[in-house]
Amino acid sequence: MATKVHMEALSPTMEEGRLVKWNKHEGDPVKSGDTLAEVETDKAVMELVARSDGQLLKVLVPEGTTVPVGNIVAWIGKPGEKVDGAGSTEQGAAAPKAGPSPAAPAPKAPAPAPLAAPADATRVKASPLAKRIAKDAGVDLKLVQGSGPGGRVIKRDVEGGAAQVRAVAAPAQSSVLRAPSGAAYEDIALTQIRKTIAKRLAASIGPIPHFFLTTEIDMERAAEAREALNKQLGETGGKISFNDIVIKAVALALVQHRACNAWFQEDHIRYWNEVHIGMAVAIEDGLITPVIRNADMKSLRQIGEESRELAGRARTRRLKPEEYTGATFSVSNLGMFDIDQFTAVINPPEAGIVAIGSIVAKAVPDGDRVVVRRRLRVTMSCDHRVIDGATGAAYLKTLKQMLENPLAMLL
Amino acid sequence: MANSFDVIVLGGGPAGYVCAIRCAQLGLATAVIEQEKLGGVCVNIGCIPTKALLHSAYIANLLKESKDFGVEAGDVKTDYGVAMKRSRRVADQNSKGVEFLMKKNKITVVKGTGVLQPGRKVKVGSDVYEAKKAVVIATGSRVKGIPQIGLEINKTTVISSDEALLMEKIPATLAIVGAGAVGMEFADIFSAFGVKVTVIEALPRILPLEDAEASDTLSKSYRKRGIEVIAGAKVTKATVAKDKVTLDVEAGGEKKQIVAAAVLMAAGRAVNIENIGLKECGIQLTERGFIKVDKNLQTSTAGYYAIGDVAGPPMLAHKGSREGVVVAELIAGQKPHPIKYDNVPSVTYCHPEVASIGLTEDQCKEKKLDYVAGKFPFSANGRARGTGETEGFVKILRDKKYGEILGAHIVGAHASEMIHELAVARENEYTVEEVDLAIHAHPTMSEAVAEAALDSQGRVLNI
Repeated sequence: MATKVHMEALSPTMEEGRLVKWNKHEGDPVKSGDTLAEVETDKAVMELVARSDGQLLKVLVPEGTTVPVGNIVAWIGKPGEKVDGAGSTEQGAAAPKAGPSPAAPAPKAPAPAPLAAPADATRVKASPLAKRIAKDAGVDLKLVQGSGPGGRVIKRDVEGGAAQVRAVAAPAQSSVLRAPSGAAYEDIALTQIRKTIAKRLAASIGPIPHFFLTTEIDMERAAEAREALNKQLGETGGKISFNDIVIKAVALALVQHRACNAWFQEDHIRYWNEVHIGMAVAIEDGLITPVIRNADMKSLRQIGEESRELAGRARTRRLKPEEYTGATFSVSNLGMFDIDQFTAVINPPEAGIVAIGSIVAKAVPDGDRVVVRRRLRVTMSCDHRVIDGATGAAYLKTLKQMLENPLAMLL
Repeated sequence: MANSFDVIVLGGGPAGYVCAIRCAQLGLATAVIEQEKLGGVCVNIGCIPTKALLHSAYIANLLKESKDFGVEAGDVKTDYGVAMKRSRRVADQNSKGVEFLMKKNKITVVKGTGVLQPGRKVKVGSDVYEAKKAVVIATGSRVKGIPQIGLEINKTTVISSDEALLMEKIPATLAIVGAGAVGMEFADIFSAFGVKVTVIEALPRILPLEDAEASDTLSKSYRKRGIEVIAGAKVTKATVAKDKVTLDVEAGGEKKQIVAAAVLMAAGRAVNIENIGLKECGIQLTERGFIKVDKNLQTSTAGYYAIGDVAGPPMLAHKGSREGVVVAELIAGQKPHPIKYDNVPSVTYCHPEVASIGLTEDQCKEKKLDYVAGKFPFSANGRARGTGETEGFVKILRDKKYGEILGAHIVGAHASEMIHELAVARENEYTVEEVDLAIHAHPTMSEAVAEAALDSQGRVLNI
């Protein structure tokens, strides 16, 4: 009996696929595991493989056609076997559409229920003393359950749970490199206030409440370091790019600010103990973010080699799903396009992305004289459900310090 | 059953009667058992009448100096008997006030001595009263003598505050044993009424629980007024005669004899735990002789609570009252705000007044805390200069890192009123910055509080 070939979900988020090219044609013998066709998903061009042996009896979908996941695209069976010729669609899915199509509109989510309490969710009740201690310890007060009157956060709450809370929020010291448990991440249930913030801010601007923080970084010393390193490497290896330095700094700064290295997961926040940097790569008709895993632990040379290799395959759409998923934070660099400064859109469920502009020579005051320095404008987009202004600012400050003093990355 | 209530409170002092009112507010049928006058020691023979007498003393001292203010009062005569009678009227007013409060809140007052019985029962005479929810023990404390050295209270030559408050005629000379709040207040009162007073304190300084600088300031002030202050002194022997007492005192390696017409015992208090049926109900005591309570003030026997002096130090009316409120709310099934025992203000109402909250500077040192002391003297305060009350200072001990107010000490006129700004600050965890940020009216003595907060940050303005 002939078997159906379905459009498979070739990426975790794929809802439909465009049949780019049939590698096998009607009448060709096929074996299980053979590549039948190339399918463009929302992320990359993937291979659709045969799941049974026999002959490709009938191709139902012409090249260039987009079909929803689950639709039958072909039949495999014994030679001469009769199959249903029509491109029947199971599950009553829509008929195949010709040509590239915009992503199918996602089913509309039901309107969010009106919130019961119109309380100002962004205001945290905390004593001035608790605020000071929290600020000093890098504790996000919104994550703390207050034990004072009416849930007010008091000294005891930030002192007693400080160690615990500190781990959740930004670790003050870079010595906290990895969780002692060795776990890749830690899921922290959303506190009520965090839930309310998530709901309210999300309701106010789109599904992800973005906010943006910009800082200007002096790249003079990073440039010097880069020149020296490249001189050292000579002709032997690939060159270190500014992008490599930025990725490394972004990753190392995240180690110090776990509060920014997180995923928003609707009912909890996943704080990653590992740092995987998504690197936005422009491709012909879109972009994709291949991931440099454990970027904080890799050398600039490793990062350089890996990013070039990944970017190259991204442009030819040859990335495997595991190569473009699982980032904990992203970097988008439009410096090569002469963009001084821009804002990048967060790649959910990540909580932040930094947008890297061009390095521009600028006249900047240095004491009472003016000098020309190479400067870089960096803008961080933050998901306010996870990262608060001060948290993001603290991260950006560390990033700035690292890039301005690249030797610090060796610490 | 007429003798059945939700809550029975044993003792109608500031802990007991406040507890009863709060119980009644929360809808609990409540009875208070009191063997004497409502209001307890505080209202009748403690806080309230002494404040009346201290004001008489204040007026006497004021009139002696009034010439400088352009007011000549002529020959100032004092009469302790008149002052005492006025203090009695004040005390009676307050006690009647408590009676009124009991009626207003429909609290049953049982006159008599209550004895606890198992099963949340209290026996008064031949009547037995039963509490459905809880019995609250608030029997308070009393003055005590030191019989070991021959100073047993005889109510004529060896007296306690009880007698001192009811005297018509005062002795020509008075030795006061104990320089805590009671001793210091009576020294102030009697000195103003012309008695030659000697205060003897066993510990190295007067007001031993206060900050050392407060003790020093007060010592100087008292000596200037002719009150003899001997600290670090041990009374080795007392010879009690019919009209005088001779005390053998050892201080700083020297021995001396102090002869006075009377001795006022002001060295500690004993809690009233005898013959109230504690043992019969299985209620245990602490090593120091207070009733043992858990963090909810419940005794070792469920259903019996203890509040106020019997539940342990500090033996202060306001601490007892707060415990009364908390216990009432616990009995009613609420979750009261827990008591911060390190945030109970302490006040001595002598002149100048001494008020404090939190740690002393010595305690900060002992705990090896990283602190900064901010200080502002009233001699630099415009209002204090105007009233001629420039003695004393405000001192704030601030945690160096976060600005937390570790302790605050005020010596000066109205210190008892000014300390509450710092009590509120500490209760709400305001730091020295918030204290200063609140605008203080000018000219007030309270400005010195803000200035001390500023001084602790190294930016005092007016000195």
